[in-house]
Amino acid sequence: MTLTTFVTKSAFRNKRRSILTIGSLALMLTLLTFLMTIWRAFYIDNGSEQSTQRLITRHKVSLTFSLPIYYEQKMKTVPGVAAVVPTQWFGGRYIDDKPEHFFAQFATDPQEFFTVYTDFKIPADQLDAWQHDRAGVVVDNGLAKKFGWKVGDRIVLQGTIWAADLTLTIRGIYTPPQPTQSVYFDRKYLEEAVSVMKDQSGTFGILADSPADVPKVAATIDDMFHNSPQPTKTESEKAFGLDFVAMLGNVKAFILSICGAVVFTGLLVSANTMAMSIRERTREVAVLKTLGFTRKTVLSLFVCEGMVVAVIGGAFGLLFGYGLVYMMGHSPQMGFFQGLTVNWATMVAALALAATVGLVAALVPSYNASKVNIVEGLRYIG
Amino acid sequence: MAIPISYNIRNLKLRKGLTIMTALGIALTVTTVVFLMALLAGLRQAFVTSGDPLNVLVLRKGSNAELSGGFDASLFPTLKNLPGIAKDSHGEPLASGEWVVVIVLPRKDGTGEVNVTVRGMMPDGLELRPKVKLVPGQGRWFTPGQREVVVSESIHKRFANANVGDEIHFGKGPWKVVGIFDAGGSAYESEVWGDVNQMSSDFDRQGGFASAYLRATEAIAANTLKNAVSDDQRLKLDGMLETDYYAKQTSSGGPIKFIGYIVGFIMGIGSIFAAMNTMYAAVAYRSREIATLRVIGFSRPSILTSFVFESLVLSLLGGLVGIVLMLPFNGMTTGTSNQVTFSEVVFALRITPTVALSALVFALVMGFFGGLAPAWHAARQNILTALRG
Repeated sequence: MTLTTFVTKSAFRNKRRSILTIGSLALMLTLLTFLMTIWRAFYIDNGSEQSTQRLITRHKVSLTFSLPIYYEQKMKTVPGVAAVVPTQWFGGRYIDDKPEHFFAQFATDPQEFFTVYTDFKIPADQLDAWQHDRAGVVVDNGLAKKFGWKVGDRIVLQGTIWAADLTLTIRGIYTPPQPTQSVYFDRKYLEEAVSVMKDQSGTFGILADSPADVPKVAATIDDMFHNSPQPTKTESEKAFGLDFVAMLGNVKAFILSICGAVVFTGLLVSANTMAMSIRERTREVAVLKTLGFTRKTVLSLFVCEGMVVAVIGGAFGLLFGYGLVYMMGHSPQMGFFQGLTVNWATMVAALALAATVGLVAALVPSYNASKVNIVEGLRYIG
Repeated sequence: MAIPISYNIRNLKLRKGLTIMTALGIALTVTTVVFLMALLAGLRQAFVTSGDPLNVLVLRKGSNAELSGGFDASLFPTLKNLPGIAKDSHGEPLASGEWVVVIVLPRKDGTGEVNVTVRGMMPDGLELRPKVKLVPGQGRWFTPGQREVVVSESIHKRFANANVGDEIHFGKGPWKVVGIFDAGGSAYESEVWGDVNQMSSDFDRQGGFASAYLRATEAIAANTLKNAVSDDQRLKLDGMLETDYYAKQTSSGGPIKFIGYIVGFIMGIGSIFAAMNTMYAAVAYRSREIATLRVIGFSRPSILTSFVFESLVLSLLGGLVGIVLMLPFNGMTTGTSNQVTFSEVVFALRITPTVALSALVFALVMGFFGGLAPAWHAARQNILTALRG
């Protein structure tokens, strides 16, 4: 019998116990995978390549104030700016107030929109149809699938910010690199319906020549409008998104504290199992030592055993976690999680974490076992 | 006959290490759940206490929040003269036309900027909200016609430049902070108040109001007043009770609730497995003892009950420790975004008796399911083999 088989055999000596421990650890790791994926989506991912090249400009005081449309022309003169497009949040109600009917709606300039959002793909004929219909709208492919929309369908958006209901005809379905949950229509149509929005736009999307230009472009634009009645705040698309995450509260501390509690619970569970299983085998340890196994070998045998159980639990947890994230990423009710998946880095991190938990949890009981006095150990009745 | 409870308690004491570790595992799960429930309880509290049953909020028809409202100021006198409105200290109808804007303020600890609601109100606005009081020794209310604001206590604590005498910059220039008010945990706890005329000119919104507040003489009159506003064809406005308006906003707790259910459910099952492990070990360790008990005459059901009971005691211990671990955080304030107004809601973690009780029930449920299978196993084991083992 090799040492590896010895470790595996001992790990499953008490099958029920090992399965329960693996189950418990697997559930903890499911949660960790889920939380790590959310963390990654918020703080680590930079989005698509083009996304790192884009900026968003808004009113410095608040998102609820709008900027004059002529800013677009001024921004285009800034060195490093490739294209600019106005975008205005409409915030209309589709069918009713249910969360599953919520999606973002923007009024924009159809001539410019796809020159900034270059990574959104749309067939040329659909783009042309949109540009020639003032009451036309292009929709995200995911949204179209969710609501069963086809090109030529009509949708009605009831205004909540302004007293205006818009009837729009779907002229195109675009495919973004990541789900956007958005629809875009012609700002001229909004201006007709809502006179106060004439020559106003809430935000501007900007495409820079390269990601390296982004900080410089942001600073130049904000300086340009610094002393005007409508000062601006320009930031990268990622930073703009993070502002919304920050609004949810202290999300970092929230996620970290839950993760902390989960990891610690996992530690306790596996330490408990190892302690129970080692205590039962006090006599066996004495036998091993009698046979000539050194303290070091005994120690490493038990630590490996703890790690084997933890890593198996971790692997199952990863599988469940993957399933959980997949389910949420594909459920129509979870707009927020749309398209979220577990990536390789998260998987490796989760398994490494599981192994560490197993290692740490096994250390103390294994050390105690390795110290067992042979004579006393042989006499031990458990 | 039932096995004495002291038998179980002594057993738990005998295997101290195991008991403590298992109880701690349950405790951590309970702590996490208490944390999430306390967040939700605090958030609910913030919205429930915000509305005053006598106040009627008036918005433009079709708009569902003060931020997305907006109607012509010429409608205000008509509103003010509707029947059923209480009189203010000058004998005038108690009503306030208001503007609400959202501005960005930097957090004191430098962790970024947060949207904060600024409310411009008429002098009656203060009289309309009798529950809101100035913090003693912390200044006075703003003077109408001056660039003065009062800030809530939590804004004072959480944001830079929010002390009496400081200046906050928004709109077209600086505003002097002249007082700090205590909103009693309501949603006003996250607001800055000032004079409506000053504010609307700062934000180029003269000639209109985002909302109006009317105070009814009594609770029944409030309902009539609400309908009078909504039914008046000239106005094209909607009236609603302030309490209803805020009750709708508790949906802001949705993401926390959602995460809470997932975390509670998964960690709960994980802890049940851990408790099962411990109880199986306890049963295996005592199999000869159990057989002896059976020989003496204790029945199978009483052995089953005894072990389930032991598991319940273990989990109760864990539950209590879990709640105690969370107690120091009771009252800690935090913020989240209000999904209706887009601004920050500040609320405190509240470990209410309901929260504590639900946490204990949660722990006991874990203990029950964790103990059931091992207890069943204990009750069913063969006496002879166990005695020989």
